Amino acid sequence: MANPQIAEVGNLALVLGLAASVYVVFAAVFSQIKRRNEFFLSARNGVWLIAGLATLAVVILEWALITHQFRFEYVASHVSRDQPLFYTITALWGGQQGSLLFWVWLLSLFGAIVLLQHPGESDPLIPWVIAFLAFTSAFFFSLLVFVSSPFTLLAQAPADGIGLNPLLQDPGMIIHPVTQYLGYVGFAVPFAFAFAALVTGKLGYDWIRTTRRWALFAWLFLSLGLLFGMRWAYVELGWGGYWGWDPVENAALIPWLTGTAYLHSVMIQEKRGMLKVWNLVLILLTFLLTILGTFITRSGVIQSVHAFGVSSMGPFFLAYIAAVLVVTVYFIYVRLDKLKEENRLDSMLSREATFLLNNLILLGAAVATLWGTVFPLISEVIVGKQITVAAPFFNQVNGPIFLALVLLMGVCTLIGWRRASPRHLVRNFMSPAAVAVVTMVVLMLIGVRDPYGLIALVAAAFVLTTILLEFYRGTRARMRMYKENAAIAQAQLVNKNRRRYGGYIVHLGVILAVIGIVGSTFFQTSAQQNLAPGQTVELGPYLVQFDRLTVTREPNAQVIGADLVVFENGRQIDTMRPLKAYYPAADQMTTEVAVRTTMRDDLYVILAGWNDDGSATLKVIINPLVLWLWVGFGVFILGTIITMLPDPREAKALERVRAEKAWVGA
Amino acid sequence: MKMIPRWGLVSALFLVVILWTVGAAVTVSAQEPVPDLENEVLRISKSLYCPVCTGVPLDVCETQACVQWRALIREKLEAGQGEEQIRQYFIAQYGERVLGAPPPEGFNLSAYILPVLVLLGGGAVLFWTTRGWLRQPPPQGALSTVPQVPPEYAERIAQELEARE
Repeated sequence: MANPQIAEVGNLALVLGLAASVYVVFAAVFSQIKRRNEFFLSARNGVWLIAGLATLAVVILEWALITHQFRFEYVASHVSRDQPLFYTITALWGGQQGSLLFWVWLLSLFGAIVLLQHPGESDPLIPWVIAFLAFTSAFFFSLLVFVSSPFTLLAQAPADGIGLNPLLQDPGMIIHPVTQYLGYVGFAVPFAFAFAALVTGKLGYDWIRTTRRWALFAWLFLSLGLLFGMRWAYVELGWGGYWGWDPVENAALIPWLTGTAYLHSVMIQEKRGMLKVWNLVLILLTFLLTILGTFITRSGVIQSVHAFGVSSMGPFFLAYIAAVLVVTVYFIYVRLDKLKEENRLDSMLSREATFLLNNLILLGAAVATLWGTVFPLISEVIVGKQITVAAPFFNQVNGPIFLALVLLMGVCTLIGWRRASPRHLVRNFMSPAAVAVVTMVVLMLIGVRDPYGLIALVAAAFVLTTILLEFYRGTRARMRMYKENAAIAQAQLVNKNRRRYGGYIVHLGVILAVIGIVGSTFFQTSAQQNLAPGQTVELGPYLVQFDRLTVTREPNAQVIGADLVVFENGRQIDTMRPLKAYYPAADQMTTEVAVRTTMRDDLYVILAGWNDDGSATLKVIINPLVLWLWVGFGVFILGTIITMLPDPREAKALERVRAEKAWVGA
Repeated sequence: MKMIPRWGLVSALFLVVILWTVGAAVTVSAQEPVPDLENEVLRISKSLYCPVCTGVPLDVCETQACVQWRALIREKLEAGQGEEQIRQYFIAQYGERVLGAPPPEGFNLSAYILPVLVLLGGGAVLFWTTRGWLRQPPPQGALSTVPQVPPEYAERIAQELEARE
């Protein structure tokens, strides 16, 4: 088959995908309104059809990418002949049209997985879940059909393509979008269940219990998306940092913040039957923010280093977001009588109360970040003034909010559910407070003067101690009761209560990451110098000697590097080679920094420039404690996975609920 | 029982290692480099943003325009101008958008105030709602008083309950 016909098949798959999605929405809704089960069965089949059609479209685009079909406009702009195969395959999500196709493909697969998880026909939520997911895939298919298709053909095939943006040719940048999208799309499932619960009025625990793992899955991948994005920025952008408060970064952070609030507040609904409306609002917000995030990332509406193109998708996104918002808020209003709180707050001094405060602060951080992100647009529209809202603003506004959040994480652990007694609270506070004071004194003695850095590190020490104490107490109780040794008691403590201690492990990861962030934010030092071969630059305990410039050729790039020897306290400890790569096809230069990591700090060297006389300009940065950021993320991810593992207690509780239901039914 | 202090020791050791690392790291950074001209240029550039490369601070931006801006800062420093003077020059030439954070005046104030308002407003709503909850008598079936149990016992009760299942 010739190119044009295959492109036609691709476009046909998209059009049929749209048609199937619209059909599934109507069939599923009709089946419920008219009580016609055959339409529900037909809608279920439709979900499989949508997944099949989206898969077909992905296969066709991959075929075109791998076999260099340069008549496809998407292929010509994202692949070149000398590009490694890996980046050619992953170019699927390297551009706007491809990544939107990738989005709808993931969504269609998630829809199919939901059906596999709920094979029976009795679950009253499923028809509405299917209807909502199909409505969302209809929206994305219509973007691909009406606004920008990945199967648009050029009049003539160019001899070679432009190739994937060289900045994106990095393993971190290949994994980052996948994890980010798994997180974004993953939140569609819990929201679909919440929506179904609202429509059917079945607002008990079922929708929350069913979607707990989906929400954790989505949240885990949003976290991974942040991690890979930060890692990429750190080694590839050559800014010396990992977070620039860029609109696209913010778009990934904001739903993570509201998602974190949601994961905490659903616990209160599970345990106490409270905050039902609030949880619905949070999952609605989180879902819509993932859609907004996709829009910001893929439309370039807010000018940003990450946005590679501007298009006319705005009205479509706005209409979709408005529709979901209006319909959901309407149903929340209609169902208010079924959303009454089953319990009351026993005391302001309770974990419930700290969770409410946690929600407030997380939401405050989300609002501050979102507001700052869109503020340049608002300022231009309202007062006609162009302004920049960048790192200095966000550090000023979000810094104190995040500090409060960190502190609350420690306080929360010390306060029990329902009602804490002030006496025990004071006793629990003593050791962490003592560690905090000692930390402060030690840090001041060794010469730390930066007030913000000092406060943040002291807060981290406080929280770290509360978490370790929690493990210590639990382990001690087990050792006394079961006569287990410390290691077994420790392992069993986590194993027997995966949700609770998995959560504490997540908090431990956050604190380690905070230590890394504080270290590299408040205690970074740098020096830039132009060096002739043999000359050195000194920074902290390090002495960096520049030996020579070397040029190498790679298939699609020309690489220039600076050979460096690193000394610490007079002793040679390492060699380093920061690079600049020039990609002729894209006429673009990229930076490859050289990083030497220890527990104490990262020595981070950028080749900033070079001259014809063989001299080089080097920027040398010491980033203290950055390793702890990545270690913290690792611990964080481990903790999240532990909370997702099947919990024996949960299974027992579920059995009990089922038995009770069966009893009542009989 | 013998193992208990050892666990405490491990956990204390963990704390000490982290604190020691933090201490070592911040001591290193306390040794600031001698401020020479080049580093002064970078320090001032860090909080400036050129209108073209949105979101990229001037000290790391590699476009030709930004290289020229840094050269300009160097010239002005050599001519004896101070940091504030240089910043004012760029604001006068290109407008407030050269600053990473809009100056908190006029309409810009809303950028700073809104998050605070949301936090304060949300806090007030939270306070009044939860106070309302507290005042009302607990619904039927809910426990009105909770026995005060020290955490160790609470943990032990939980563990024993679990052991019975």
